[in-house]
Amino acid sequence: MNTLILRTVAPSLTALMLLFSVFVLLRGHNEPGGGFIGGLIAASALAIYGIAFGVPSVRRAIRFHPMAIAGFGLLLATLSGALSIFFGVPFMTGLWVYPVIFDVELPLSTVMSFDIGVYLVVVGAITSIALALEQEPGSDVEGED
Amino acid sequence: MAANAPALTFFALFLPFLASVLAPVLTRLLGDRAAFVLALAPALAFAHFCTFLPEIAAGEVVTGGYAWAPSFNLSFSWFLDGLSLTFALLITGIGALIVVYSGGYMKGHEGQGRFMAFILAFMGAMLGLVVSDSFLMLFVYWELTSITSFLLIGFDHEREAARRAALQALVVTGGGGLCLLAGLVFLWNITGVTQLSLLVHLGDGLRQSPFYLATLLLVLAGAFTKSAQFPFHFWLPNAMEAPTPVSAYLHSATMVKAGVYLLMRLNPVMGDTPAWVILLPFFGGITLIAGTFLAVRQTDLKLMLAYTTMASLGLLVMLTGFGSAHAVEAAVLYLVAHSLFKGALFMVAGTVDHEAGTRDVTKLGGLRAAMPVTFGAALLAALSMGGLPLFFGFLAKEEIYAALAAGNPRAVFFTGLAVIGNALMFAIAFAVALKPFLGPHVETPKHAHEGPMTLWLGPVVLSVLGLAAALFSGVAHRYISSPMASAITDEKIVIDISTVPHLGLPLLLSVITVLLGALAFWRLTDLRAFMVRAVESLGPGPDRGFDHVVSGLVRLSAAVTRFVQPGRLEIYITATFILLAVTLLVPPFVFGELPVMPAWPEQLLVQEAAFFAIAVIGLFAVLRAKDRLTAIVSLGIQGFAVAVIFLLFGAPDLSFTQFMVETLSVVILALVMTRLRLTPRDHRPLGQSLFDGMVAVACGLGFTLLLLKSTQAPFDTVLTDFFNTYSKTVAHGANVVNVIIVDFRGTDTLGEIAVVMVTALAVLALIRVRAGKRAGSGEGR
Repeated sequence: MNTLILRTVAPSLTALMLLFSVFVLLRGHNEPGGGFIGGLIAASALAIYGIAFGVPSVRRAIRFHPMAIAGFGLLLATLSGALSIFFGVPFMTGLWVYPVIFDVELPLSTVMSFDIGVYLVVVGAITSIALALEQEPGSDVEGED
Repeated sequence: MAANAPALTFFALFLPFLASVLAPVLTRLLGDRAAFVLALAPALAFAHFCTFLPEIAAGEVVTGGYAWAPSFNLSFSWFLDGLSLTFALLITGIGALIVVYSGGYMKGHEGQGRFMAFILAFMGAMLGLVVSDSFLMLFVYWELTSITSFLLIGFDHEREAARRAALQALVVTGGGGLCLLAGLVFLWNITGVTQLSLLVHLGDGLRQSPFYLATLLLVLAGAFTKSAQFPFHFWLPNAMEAPTPVSAYLHSATMVKAGVYLLMRLNPVMGDTPAWVILLPFFGGITLIAGTFLAVRQTDLKLMLAYTTMASLGLLVMLTGFGSAHAVEAAVLYLVAHSLFKGALFMVAGTVDHEAGTRDVTKLGGLRAAMPVTFGAALLAALSMGGLPLFFGFLAKEEIYAALAAGNPRAVFFTGLAVIGNALMFAIAFAVALKPFLGPHVETPKHAHEGPMTLWLGPVVLSVLGLAAALFSGVAHRYISSPMASAITDEKIVIDISTVPHLGLPLLLSVITVLLGALAFWRLTDLRAFMVRAVESLGPGPDRGFDHVVSGLVRLSAAVTRFVQPGRLEIYITATFILLAVTLLVPPFVFGELPVMPAWPEQLLVQEAAFFAIAVIGLFAVLRAKDRLTAIVSLGIQGFAVAVIFLLFGAPDLSFTQFMVETLSVVILALVMTRLRLTPRDHRPLGQSLFDGMVAVACGLGFTLLLLKSTQAPFDTVLTDFFNTYSKTVAHGANVVNVIIVDFRGTDTLGEIAVVMVTALAVLALIRVRAGKRAGSGEGR
């Protein structure tokens, strides 16, 4: 599968898909999209990059072990839910703030950070499985860190 | 109290955990001096809890906390009265000294940072346990103490004995913890409250419940395992495999008292019933006698102390069971006194071991010149443990005898137990405190000299406190003993016993105890030889029994696993799908709930028809595919067609996800196939293929019927209306699907992503196991 065509388009395709995944993630609250689907798109983007350039390049590119990304996502999601305790409202109650930046009102919320957590868990979990499978069987150089 | 008090208390409760996280880094930066910085955490918490003393002494209670899930009455909330405050002060106060002591004891050990982290985490758990108001919080902290205790006992994890002891402690106390959970659920169901602060004032309701006995037995299972009562006592001596600071802190001063704490806490609502006043004194009494007898047998300083700790816990349970005002006062005084002198003596034993290189009492002697400060601390602590006048232990013992000597035959029996137990503890106290230090000098593995300040600070402070608390007993009673006893009985109690002896039966019993104890001390060697023979003649104890139970469990689960999981994927998949087909097909036929056959749609749009056709073509391609890779890709065709159909019928989110899932499934399946190195062709014989095909068709038919039936039922729009109405107004989102996922049902999603994460970890582990096997043996399957 490692063809010249794939190698040429893979970087731009991966970059575009990653960007699109973030777009899908953020618009999810009002339009079709969300953390789950965004995470799937990002995972496919990394899978394409891995097929084109090999597993070590992907591991270098994402810097952290994918499982660590997933773990961070789960932590972020949990904390987003737990934050509400300090405001005297039940666990997982959405909290919203509306800071105005350059005359644009920006709605931020724990719901959004929760969705980002979902996104990271999906990216991390699927990427770690895909990378482990893509790795040449027998070569145990995993390049942790 | 100021308005910021709840936040400060919350912070104080989490301070040990914070220090625990920082401990490894600090130890790397500062070495053993990090202990001084880390000791600040319990010290500050101690100072914070001290500010509550006047309020609690005035008979008030302090509660606070944060709601967690109000609909289930779950909260993170604390409850401070005399009982929990005394425990909190013991935990943080002794904790600060232990942290300093650990700095000296573990100096130069490569695992020092890890050790500090564990012991501080334990401290946080124990502190949380005693101040917990909510049942669930109590249980979570209870289990946390078991887990941290497991880590600490198994700290020296390269030794088999330490690993076994850690596992044993975890199994015993963890099993007890599960019983406690069941007990708490009973309490909740009987009384309808989930908070201890409400429970203790409920009066007789619980005692009259038909489920009282079951609840009591479950709670006792939790308390007895934690507090090492006979017959669950065996884990405590084995836990002495842990480094000495752990033994001093967890296994004498704090954790093992958690069971006693629980019994004291529940005394107002569960105590004073026939079952309570029989079971508690009975098991407590057995534990007291067994503990002292087994202690006499030992020559290892730590084991001698461990068995007397078990005996002391028995004494406390016995007194709590008696439940009279005097007995509760005695239990309170003895609990505080015991924490002080036993903590000090354990630390002394550790210092001797650290400096002389052995803690076998027969190989030690004449250390008084080399270690004068340690000797002084040991002597003061032993005087308190022996219950001699001027010491807090004396007050405790006077109260014990005052409580037990009521005149009836039952009281005489338990008084006898207490006298024998106390006399033997007297003998052991002085054996530990005098034998290593007096007499002719004995050559020890290490050349002994006084330890550094960190090693003697803790014993000195604790043993001096044992003296000071008795000399200024008015202050100690006002702030500590009286509020605690009042909390246990739920009525106002004022303790006024002082160190001035009063003539009377208690004093006479004290004198008898001391005389018996002195006799036992004088003839300790003979007594020890006798006990060794006696215990050996009894045969194997519950410690061996534990091994049998565990190995039996392992064999049973191995047999069950072999039966349920034969290890062939085909069998799993076939079983799963047959079960699915049966579940889907049997009910409609049995209950006559078959759907009406749908009519052919009058106008089928071209694009819809086209995508149906593509899906069917994809299916045929799967069936006709020559090799596996083609089959997988063809399956993708069908999946994409379905995704487009979702889109056409107005479910963009669903179709979007379906697209991505299809893509990734094809990629991952293809990767798995290349890894597994299967034969490229399907190898199944015709019969097998036909059978598998039948199962597949049955499943498909079942799903079709189910979907048809559910679309034919009248559509209930309650949920749709609810989400459409509130999605925008309450959750500020227009995409209802996403709002449901991240907001309305966010807790479900949290659970789901946790499952995704765990699944990924499991898959990763499986892949690595295979890779490891291949690399290891070179077998190419």
